[in-house]
Amino acid sequence: MSMGLLRLLRGNKASAPVARERLQILLAHERGQRGQPDLLGVLREEILAVVSRHVTLDPTKVIVRLERGDEVSTLEVDIEVPNDFERKRVAVA
Amino acid sequence: MSKVLVVTSGKGGVGKTTTTAALGAALAQRGDKVVVVDFDVGLRNLDLVMGAERRVVFDLINVVQGVAKLPQALIKDKRLENLWLLPASQTRDKDALTEEGVGKVIDDLRSRFDWVICDSPAGIERGASMAMRFADEAVIVTNPEVSSVRDSDRIIGMLDSKTVRAEKGERVEKHILITRYDPSRAARGEMLTIDDILEILATPLLGIIPESQDVLKASNVGTPVTLSNAEGAPARAYIDAARRLCGDTVPMQVPTERKGFMDRLLRRRAA
Repeated sequence: MSMGLLRLLRGNKASAPVARERLQILLAHERGQRGQPDLLGVLREEILAVVSRHVTLDPTKVIVRLERGDEVSTLEVDIEVPNDFERKRVAVA
Repeated sequence: MSKVLVVTSGKGGVGKTTTTAALGAALAQRGDKVVVVDFDVGLRNLDLVMGAERRVVFDLINVVQGVAKLPQALIKDKRLENLWLLPASQTRDKDALTEEGVGKVIDDLRSRFDWVICDSPAGIERGASMAMRFADEAVIVTNPEVSSVRDSDRIIGMLDSKTVRAEKGERVEKHILITRYDPSRAARGEMLTIDDILEILATPLLGIIPESQDVLKASNVGTPVTLSNAEGAPARAYIDAARRLCGDTVPMQVPTERKGFMDRLLRRRAA
């Protein structure tokens, strides 16, 4: 009681409950991810494998990005394809 | 029956080396034969905290690589009959720690000592994983502060999955040791409380070491804090923690500095 009154007079809020809540949220998330394979890494490898069957790609030009939003998250896949890939395909066929 | 105990934390600077030295000395004073092993290859400090920095000839890496025999590398403490130190190398890097080599040294130590206390380096890299690899029990040193608690949680995850015991489907017995605790700040809501930390980490408590000037004083002179000022608050807390490790039931409390009449009078005036 006196402690609360003192705090009220000083005008500073207790920061420990904030620390506690932030940790609980963060650790719930991190524990869920532990031991899981790296999702973006797996996606990148598989996308690269599928596209490479049809197009000769520079593996460094494949960018997979995940943006977390409150409601939904967006998965952005950015693949740079050389302009002459179709001519090459025709030539092979 | 000998036990391998790892003192670990993930985060650096929380008191692993201080804790290793203090628990090692407290257990040795009880009459157990104890060796403290420094796994911080390249950045060794346990020798300095133990006051044995000028007596290091061979180290853990030398033994792992077969350059020296174990008895040549062990340094006997000058104060306690039952306490020994196996220092880390200051020049080599941690890649020299092979799992097979470390396993052999730990087995050899098990046959000679009641307690093998492994002082882990900070981080989650090779040195830290080798320090915990063969452990039966773990002391996770945690400060009442968000980054330390998060790292402790990560280390608990590693103890449950990356140790020999975990891989055999057995458990590493884990204990939280809270260091640098300030009960008055926790009471004012400025610091995570003991209950907050234990609830978040869901791991039993081994002890609470209060913030104290004794710790720095002890490392300044190279003496485990339990020996440098045995009556001080941190020493009493470490001695209680060591008793709990041995299975004694000791009521949990935060030892406080014993203040004289003048101290209390002056403090009241100042406040």
